[in-house]
Amino acid sequence: MEPIAYIQRLTRMYERLGYPAYEWVRSAGPPPFTPLTKPLSECRLGLVASGGIYAAGQVAFHYKDDTSIRGIPREAPMESLRTAHFAYDQADARADPNCVFPLGTLRGLVAEGVIGELTTHAHTFMGGIYSARRVREEVAPALVERLRDERADIALLVPV
Amino acid sequence: MGLAARQAEEAGIPTLCLSSALDITRSVNPPRAAFLDFPLGHTAGKAHEPGLQRAIMLEALEAFSSLREPGQVKLLPFRWDKDDSWKRAMDRLDTRLPRFDTPQYQFDEDRALAEAAREGSCPVCGIAEE
Repeated sequence: MEPIAYIQRLTRMYERLGYPAYEWVRSAGPPPFTPLTKPLSECRLGLVASGGIYAAGQVAFHYKDDTSIRGIPREAPMESLRTAHFAYDQADARADPNCVFPLGTLRGLVAEGVIGELTTHAHTFMGGIYSARRVREEVAPALVERLRDERADIALLVPV
Repeated sequence: MGLAARQAEEAGIPTLCLSSALDITRSVNPPRAAFLDFPLGHTAGKAHEPGLQRAIMLEALEAFSSLREPGQVKLLPFRWDKDDSWKRAMDRLDTRLPRFDTPQYQFDEDRALAEAAREGSCPVCGIAEE
């Protein structure tokens, strides 16, 4: 079976609800591209995820254009991780955060020597921000600054 | 997420976006992507299946070296179930929650912990006030 046509589904749903049509980001032309110049086993990887992950002790996300970012320490126990997100069924992610925030999976691959190391924090936000401008001008630059500050060689981005 | 990936690549950091929505990913057109045809909420695998999560991650990370042209998407060779019945079931589901504008804690204890840790902080964004 073909992958689900989410854009068509959501467009129809919004029509039924009487909402104005959502304008999906459409990027024309090829994206910027930086080739990887060393093996993964020598790379410092920065994990970025938009599943609404926070650690116990941090402020949870709210559901209305929350553009804030949480830094999750790379050694954070998986049991300390929580989710707050309006747009997906969080049951499995709450039972095992690796579903949407593969910090434990990545730690395992570092221990195996597949990946060099992780940046000191993973960086999380909620996504579902309706304004592409705010993502482009606020969230994305803040994430890139965090990746640079923590000297990430590569970044793995995990949306929901 | 694709917008952040584009900006990271402009800053010289190679990126890989995981995806479970192929049409949205193709529309945003990130520099490199790996598509896993699983239900939303499982971008990196199924709960409590560390072996599968590891296999998915290894296949995905391989895209850092195998995708050499900007905007390519690697299709990962995993299926959620044998007959894709989850896709038919999804047509009846809309799990979206109202757009609450206050922090939505998973547990009440989290609220108490966060409030204790962030005394004098903005209750919405958690950023300490000057």
